[in-house]
Amino acid sequence: MVSALFGAMESGLIYAIMALGVYLTFRILDFPDLTVDGSFVTGGAVTSVMIVSGISPVLATIAGGAAGFLAGCVTGLLHTKGKINSLLAGILMMIALYSINLRIMGRPNIPLLNETTALNQGRSLWDAMQLDSIISSPLKAIGLSSFLPTSFFILVSIGIVVIIVKKALDWFLHTDNGLALRATGDNAKMVKSFSANTSNYVIFGLGLSNALVAFSGSLIVQYNGFADVGLGIGMIIVGLASVIIGEGIFGKKSIARTTLAVVLGAIVYRVILAVAMQLEFVKASDLKLITAIIVTGALVLPNMWSSWRERSERMKKQKAMQQSLDEERRNEVATAQTD
Amino acid sequence: MKLLQLKQIEKVFYQGTPDEKKAIQGLSLTLNEGDFVTVIGSNGAGKSTLLNMVAGVLFPDEGMISIDDKNVTFVPEHKRAKWIGRVFQDPMAGTAPNMSIEENLALALGRTNKRGLRRGVSSNRKKEFQQTLTDLNVGLANRLHTKVGLLSGGERQALSLLMATFTEPRLLLLDEHTAALDPARAEHITNITQDVIRENNLTTLMVTHDMEQALQMGNRLVMMDEGQIIFEANEEEKRQMSVQDLVEKFQQIRGKALADDKTLLHK
Repeated sequence: MVSALFGAMESGLIYAIMALGVYLTFRILDFPDLTVDGSFVTGGAVTSVMIVSGISPVLATIAGGAAGFLAGCVTGLLHTKGKINSLLAGILMMIALYSINLRIMGRPNIPLLNETTALNQGRSLWDAMQLDSIISSPLKAIGLSSFLPTSFFILVSIGIVVIIVKKALDWFLHTDNGLALRATGDNAKMVKSFSANTSNYVIFGLGLSNALVAFSGSLIVQYNGFADVGLGIGMIIVGLASVIIGEGIFGKKSIARTTLAVVLGAIVYRVILAVAMQLEFVKASDLKLITAIIVTGALVLPNMWSSWRERSERMKKQKAMQQSLDEERRNEVATAQTD
Repeated sequence: MKLLQLKQIEKVFYQGTPDEKKAIQGLSLTLNEGDFVTVIGSNGAGKSTLLNMVAGVLFPDEGMISIDDKNVTFVPEHKRAKWIGRVFQDPMAGTAPNMSIEENLALALGRTNKRGLRRGVSSNRKKEFQQTLTDLNVGLANRLHTKVGLLSGGERQALSLLMATFTEPRLLLLDEHTAALDPARAEHITNITQDVIRENNLTTLMVTHDMEQALQMGNRLVMMDEGQIIFEANEEEKRQMSVQDLVEKFQQIRGKALADDKTLLHK
């Protein structure tokens, strides 16, 4: 159970980068981009092929992100220049990428277990510095030794990467270009009247979003130790779940707050999933169904909760009013009798 | 000096279909630097089409549009925006509702400055924004962080006007920008508009439904019908006219035009 929770937090952090990408299109650009299902795998495919052919894994990871950027730009071009509806443009690109990913990989599955990945490289550096024992010793001292994972490397290193990505995104969205990008999703007509080429912002925004998604896919492949062409199925739903759960629990007051909420949402989502998978009657093949149920719950429950509260509030006021009316009537009857 | 020139503009919608509509027919209009022209006309007269063509939202079928003697007939909207400030009829249209007042103002600065990776709302800019809003005196100066979606229609229109003008455009286009407001707010915005235009000496083209407003504001008046300019009044003529005169003028011209058509048919 403990190891499952740690695993969920680790993969949650990696998926958080993907969720930030989905946030960028879904919320900032108001563009429901389904390219994600394809570009997630594209990132992993490019990275794994490059690692297998002996190229530096760090370079391979960067290349994975860059491939996602291109894929996103193509979706943007289909939508802005080709005038294709946003949902359809994403679906077209998702389908096209399925074949392209197979072409890149050459086969449906590439194992990376015996290869040196960026994560392996970091891990050996981490072990050499004996950082695990430094982190564990105070925790062991307070009697938590049975709750400790074998290594904190992924949590710390990916955690740092996620913080950097989040901070960079926060920064960009407050620059002059970032403001124009946000306004493009908010009121495109108005941005045009202020000298902004909205098409370019849509294309760039989709590129940036899919670069993050592919970067996340590239890290997941290295984390899992294999690349699979079916890895991206339902990825957009996972991303949306993270955004919706995060915003629901942690709020969306400002950009910085929302990006933090999205990151935490991705982790919460993985933890819920891990807990569900611990149940005895749940099989590994139920994963997608559980995903759908979690997302449905995240969408429906907050609304139901607020309308239920509103109704109970209303009922309470009605009851109080009824009571005071009854009181009045009783008083009237009483005065009538004394007369 | 000639600032805006429209020469022999033609625009037809749905050409070749039963719904064909000649929106603009051979329209020519020149605005000199500092001119403030009000445009009136009934629904479908082509006022908005005219404004959209000057802004680059629509391209004419024939004719030429130039700003400062540059031919801009087919220059796309976002490039032409460098010289043009616009305020729309719908208070929702001119601002980004999910962004704060200061972010909207920073965005408006990008109309003339090339956008880069500098912080949009820097502390220097923030001080400037505060000062400009204080000068505008609409009670927004201490609400820089407020999301624009939370403002009232009148406040939004005041902000839109500020965003369109504080970067001193060559030409200001106002598209019935007070029509969606209640009378008191409309008058308030009208006053602000006049102040802003006078202070910055902005060349302005304003479309309005309100004939009273069209007579009060500006130094020239243009009356449109069926895609043509049917009557023009200069400052002197305008001052001596009442709304009643305008209505009579309109009926007189339209009546005559109809009579002309009849005589043509008889031949």
